[in-house]
Amino acid sequence: MRRLAIGGRIDRSQPMEFTFDGRAMTGFRGDTLASALLANGVRLVGRSFKYHRPRGILSAGPEEPNALVTLGTGGRREPNLTATTVELADGLVAESQNRWPSLKFDAQGINGLFAPFLSAGFYYKTFMGPTRRAWMFYEHFIRKAAGFGRAGEEPDPDRYDVRHLFADVAIVGSGPAGLSAALAAGEAGARVVLIEQDFALGGTLLSDPQDSESAAWLSGMLARLAGMPNVSLMTRTTAFGAYDGNVLGLVERHGSGTADPKEGQARQMLLLLRAKSIVYASGALERPLTFANNDRPGIMLASAARIYLNRFAVLTGTRVVVATDNDSAYRAAFDLATAGAEVTIADSRAEPIHDLREQARRRGVAVRTNSLIANALGRRAVRAVSLSEPGGAATVRCDLVAVSGGWSPTVHLTSHFGVKPVYREDIQTFVPGKLGAGRFVAGAVMGGLTTAGAIEQGHRAGVDASAFCGAAKAVQQPVRLELTEIDAGPDDSPLGTSLRPAPLAQLVRGGYGSPAILPELHRPRRSGETSHAKRTRGGDEEGAKLAAGKAFVDIQMDVTTQDIALAHREGYESVEHLKRYTTLGMGTDQGKTSNFYALSAMAGLRGMAVPEVGTTTFRPPYTPVAIGALAGRSIGHHYKPIRRTPMHDWHVANGAQMLEGGLWMRPWFYRTSGRDVNEAYVAEMRMVRETAGLMDISTLGKIDVQGPDAAEFLDRVYANGFARLPVGRARYGIMLRDDGIVFDDGTTTRLGERHFFMTTSTAKAADVMSRLEFLLDTAWPDLRVSVTSVTYEWAAMSVAGPNSRDILAAAFPDLDVSNEALPHMGLLEEQYRDMHLRIIRLSFSGERAYEIYVGASLGNEVWCRLMEAGAPFGLKPYGVEALGALRVEKGHIAGPEIDGRTTLDDLGLSRMVGKRSGYVGEVLERREAFSDPARPRLVGLRCFEPGKQLHAGAILFRPNESLQGHGLGRITSVTYSPALDAWVALGLLAREAAVEGAEIVAASPIIGQAVRARVVSPIFLDPKGERLRG
Amino acid sequence: MHGYSAFSILRNGLTGQRHWRRAWRSPDPKSAYDVVIVGGGGHGLATAFYLAENHGVRNVAVLEKGYIGGGNVGRNTTIVRSNYRLDGNTQFYEFSMKLWEGLSRALNFNVMFSQRGFLLIANSPGELDTFGYRANVMKLNGIDAELLDREEVRRMVPYLNFSEKALYPVHGALLQGRAGTARHDAVAWGYARAADAYGVDIIQGCEVTGFVRQGERIVGVETTRGRIGAGKVGLAVAGHTSVLAQKAGLELPIESHILQAFVTEPIKPLVHHVVAYGADHFYVSQSDKGGLVFGGGLDGYNSYAQRGNLGVVREVAEASIAMMPCISRLRILRHWGGVMDMTPDGSPIICPTPIDGLYLNGGWCYGGFKATPASGWCFAHMLAKGEVHPLTAAYRLDRFRTGRTIDEAGAGPFTWLQ
Amino acid sequence: MLRIECPCCGPRDHDEFRYGGDASVTRPAYDDPDFEAWYRYVFVRENPAGLHREYWQHVVGCRQWLVVERDTRSHTIASIRFARETRA
Repeated sequence: MRRLAIGGRIDRSQPMEFTFDGRAMTGFRGDTLASALLANGVRLVGRSFKYHRPRGILSAGPEEPNALVTLGTGGRREPNLTATTVELADGLVAESQNRWPSLKFDAQGINGLFAPFLSAGFYYKTFMGPTRRAWMFYEHFIRKAAGFGRAGEEPDPDRYDVRHLFADVAIVGSGPAGLSAALAAGEAGARVVLIEQDFALGGTLLSDPQDSESAAWLSGMLARLAGMPNVSLMTRTTAFGAYDGNVLGLVERHGSGTADPKEGQARQMLLLLRAKSIVYASGALERPLTFANNDRPGIMLASAARIYLNRFAVLTGTRVVVATDNDSAYRAAFDLATAGAEVTIADSRAEPIHDLREQARRRGVAVRTNSLIANALGRRAVRAVSLSEPGGAATVRCDLVAVSGGWSPTVHLTSHFGVKPVYREDIQTFVPGKLGAGRFVAGAVMGGLTTAGAIEQGHRAGVDASAFCGAAKAVQQPVRLELTEIDAGPDDSPLGTSLRPAPLAQLVRGGYGSPAILPELHRPRRSGETSHAKRTRGGDEEGAKLAAGKAFVDIQMDVTTQDIALAHREGYESVEHLKRYTTLGMGTDQGKTSNFYALSAMAGLRGMAVPEVGTTTFRPPYTPVAIGALAGRSIGHHYKPIRRTPMHDWHVANGAQMLEGGLWMRPWFYRTSGRDVNEAYVAEMRMVRETAGLMDISTLGKIDVQGPDAAEFLDRVYANGFARLPVGRARYGIMLRDDGIVFDDGTTTRLGERHFFMTTSTAKAADVMSRLEFLLDTAWPDLRVSVTSVTYEWAAMSVAGPNSRDILAAAFPDLDVSNEALPHMGLLEEQYRDMHLRIIRLSFSGERAYEIYVGASLGNEVWCRLMEAGAPFGLKPYGVEALGALRVEKGHIAGPEIDGRTTLDDLGLSRMVGKRSGYVGEVLERREAFSDPARPRLVGLRCFEPGKQLHAGAILFRPNESLQGHGLGRITSVTYSPALDAWVALGLLAREAAVEGAEIVAASPIIGQAVRARVVSPIFLDPKGERLRG
Repeated sequence: MHGYSAFSILRNGLTGQRHWRRAWRSPDPKSAYDVVIVGGGGHGLATAFYLAENHGVRNVAVLEKGYIGGGNVGRNTTIVRSNYRLDGNTQFYEFSMKLWEGLSRALNFNVMFSQRGFLLIANSPGELDTFGYRANVMKLNGIDAELLDREEVRRMVPYLNFSEKALYPVHGALLQGRAGTARHDAVAWGYARAADAYGVDIIQGCEVTGFVRQGERIVGVETTRGRIGAGKVGLAVAGHTSVLAQKAGLELPIESHILQAFVTEPIKPLVHHVVAYGADHFYVSQSDKGGLVFGGGLDGYNSYAQRGNLGVVREVAEASIAMMPCISRLRILRHWGGVMDMTPDGSPIICPTPIDGLYLNGGWCYGGFKATPASGWCFAHMLAKGEVHPLTAAYRLDRFRTGRTIDEAGAGPFTWLQ
Repeated sequence: MLRIECPCCGPRDHDEFRYGGDASVTRPAYDDPDFEAWYRYVFVRENPAGLHREYWQHVVGCRQWLVVERDTRSHTIASIRFARETRA
């Protein structure tokens, strides 16, 4: 294995240093990690999942099952990358995975010895005893053994971004079909985005020699496309998923040439491409062959061997056996021979379909027909293969086995919309099913095609897709390409993209994939045989059938032909059962190289045709996508778009501990009030009760309601009446859901005959607004009402406490804020100098209080003015913790009581409604369970055990009742009341037990406590409301 | 039943795995059964097993339109817990938990129930209060629960985001130590195999196309494999309950919604527990194979498509990094959607229907997997005895009419907000 | 992403919208005291596997409530109208 001195698409003037398992190596710009490893003579790159068998590089693309590596260190550690898709970069640090202590000597290789017992699903059948929890003991070891690479445990230092793209035509794949589609669509005038996962454009054309005609065609096409401003060509970009509305999820990797992105550059970019039409030109993936020990390093897809040779100038073997059941591998054989390798073709067919023998002879390539590989010899690298042929067995020495089991179209993306692929009997493969309008396919994804055919189809798809989007300028004929690098056969079918495998009948007779050669299935093992026997059996066909060693179907998950047969024997016959029972296709490669074989093997075992067996569902993503890329910038502080009030900076500067609520940042408490929240909230409560406090209430939802029918509208949406609310007055209102459960509460003030100002709770603001609009748009379009959210337009603050009026008067000396001018529930709307003030006298705390609304841009100014004017009166700010405690003392309900399960009656509010009707939720509020005597209702609870405290979430019981079950209710909100010097709480308690004066036990077993309390009125303080009036 | 044991593994290992038998037969349907269960998912198969095991009712068929375990039992996030607070839910899910604890041995099939603990992270003081309530209910109902403070959480799951600047800081957590995960497919297969051993006919590829009536009573089903008579018909087709119920002329308060789930590439052990984020819809565990399995909220519109959209994918990715910053470089390997029967209160419906002979088990929202054993147990009781099992007394269909709803989230009556 | 062509704002991703559920149910008149009618309106749903009439509100756009006809199996949208128009 060596790098050739000339050729390839690597830049020998740009060497790149990298390490693999600590070993320093050099590659070139244009290499993948896989090609660079091969160029450095590395064959063994990993260990398998279950048996820890040595593994090499199978493919040259994203279908790679074996060559998984971990890149980077620290927070940049990234496991399970396929070396075949990692663009080589200077300073790249790679290490192998799933081995200990080293790749060469892996202690868990011993698993191979136990392989006979580790068949598919063995764990379902054991590890069940001796005790019930025994599984957890075994599981510990199984978990340690499982997994591939190790994840980093530090935060990722790199940055990700998201972009939104729009296109008329999105084209997936840049092979001959994709490029041809792009040219046609571009000429038609469509906005085209062409997506290529590789860092180079060209698809299969890249595997042709640099001096070939196809290379010339490619560079010609790229030059033309580069000159089209309406065509954008995206490399290093994977279309990982297709979603409704023709939205393609793309991930673009940075291509800075270094392992890590440059400063400020995104490592990966999530692109959401909204396309009017999609052309799938995603090509096809070559299938490997199934034979004993087909997983040995040095066994490679024929197409990959050719790519490494022609694109990366790496000759991956000097003595090569090309094993195939179709024509396509001949190209690899011929190119390898041309490069100097000694090549033998083992063709499973009786005769190649084309006149290939002659071409082979001219190149010195030996062709053996009716020849199947029975076994591969060698452990860490293949040394020889034993072939099963009609004349007997033969052993051929080799250092590379290039295999081809036909091709599977890359239908994944076409299936993401739920369109199942369909089976094409003539070429024995699945192709995309009938796609919806605006979705087109071209090239190898539709099955066996020539390059010329792919170009023709791509052209047509490009024209059709642009026409679908209304872009229909005249388009030139496609640029044709007649491949001449191998003489075409008499039927004029070039070989390059022939996907035709041997007929299925032949496979069943004894070719690859037939159950007949599944090793050791139909016969018990003879004593003395080992699974790794290095022998060649006698020259009969039986010998080939009995080739010793595991034949892998899913190389990554270590699923063998035996596992498939076992699944069948046990009745796991549906493809989904097969997959789930054996774990086939569940690896990082999602079974790209294994699914087809597994399906056809199961079909064979069941005696059914492949389409009757069906396929598993292709799920996004096509290749794994970094979670960081999906999250983009929405991480850390940008996780959610939080909202700040106009006074936010003041709070932070003045010691507020902020707390998120409903995506608002609100002051929880002020550190100036106390060391911690418990100390601070009590101090803040005292202050409000004794002097005055200022609270930022800008977060309340605010809705402007206007129109001739505004009063009627509010009368319907609130359970209590609003029609007769006088202008200039406010009223507390409560809304129900349609099902009669309390929805939200707030206040609404009548600014004018046809104009109201509604406030909602912070948490429900958006829901209430939307619900009002819903009712107007869908239920009552006849009501002439307009609702507008003005939450952000108004800053709001509440000054509460005995001194609040004096403070208001001091802050706004020209305003008449006397009790006569501004009584409880009164409104004062005035232009005060350059400010429009809306002052509503409302109290949540039970103290005399005023809500002051002002334009958001003036919020901070008014806040500071109040703080300044209030200083002599002892005014200080208070936070939501104190607010919550004050309202508990006053018996006001809030979120913990309006929990989506309580009714008006539960909350003691039915009197507010009286005998009204015609409001939202009225009818279903009459449901029978809502008057059940066991149904809890709002009560006050006062702790009378000295030194003990009540806790939120405590469960309520009668004294002497056994503490179990769900009790009679629970404590919803709790606070220490400085005014009463007692712990008080609001709770929901069964009506039959909610008798004032009754004793109750509040049990909090989670903290080992049960506290006695007395049922009291929920209004602990000033029941007549004297403090807030006057 | 052909027993599974270490010995049988050993014996087969030495004899080329030739002695394993089919886990369940593939019988042709008989002309009639005592009980026909529509739906070969976890609940249907469990029901069949308990009908045979607990009640001796063995003339039973389970009809599955596709392959068994192909619905939500095979596409969930495998979490098993019993940390419910409302009367009716608490006891039912704890009973289920107890059945889980003995399930592998009861079925002679390792369902890999692993009690690695379920941590529900509180992201605000208020949330911690509500978790305290939940924990109290659990304790008072004999269920293990612990309330952890921030430092205790940090010791258990140091990889979470403990930054002071986190938008949703960790304030504490509710831990249920006995909760964990199970191997979802194994649950379907284990019940199927054990039911089959009792003579239950599991008939795959058999879609119910209609119901056979005699007067007002349902006496059988029409299927793609012919008419099958039934003494009683039990529906256990959550996700598609409405579709089947419509064929029977039954109106339901159920809508179908998509819930997506995600798995990353397999990695070496990182997440031991099941960890759920209180502030947002996000929960994660690590499978025995090594993939991190996580889920989020509903896509939020009626759907039967078994696939979701990119919006929720992104939301879940964002939440995962917010909670676990080290997850950013791991890659999502696969994401898929399951179709959920969503009810207006988020709780299931297990009850006789107004139609004689027809019994309903559905409306599982996204709590169906953990409920599988208890659901099967109680539904079997109902089918065998014709009376409601006390543990499912609350899961009545008429509760929406009476107001006795069981709304843990308080989000009703909108199914997609549950 | 569902792409919903808002009659006011043009085609937008569905996450710009708030879902409002089944639009085929009829809300009783605000003062209709018929319990059965309200029960059916709030709880009973046809939940078709097929074409579904449903409400969506363009919350980050024009805030109009729309009636969308969409297939719940394929997610294909057949029609979109303003909810007010469907009432007219």
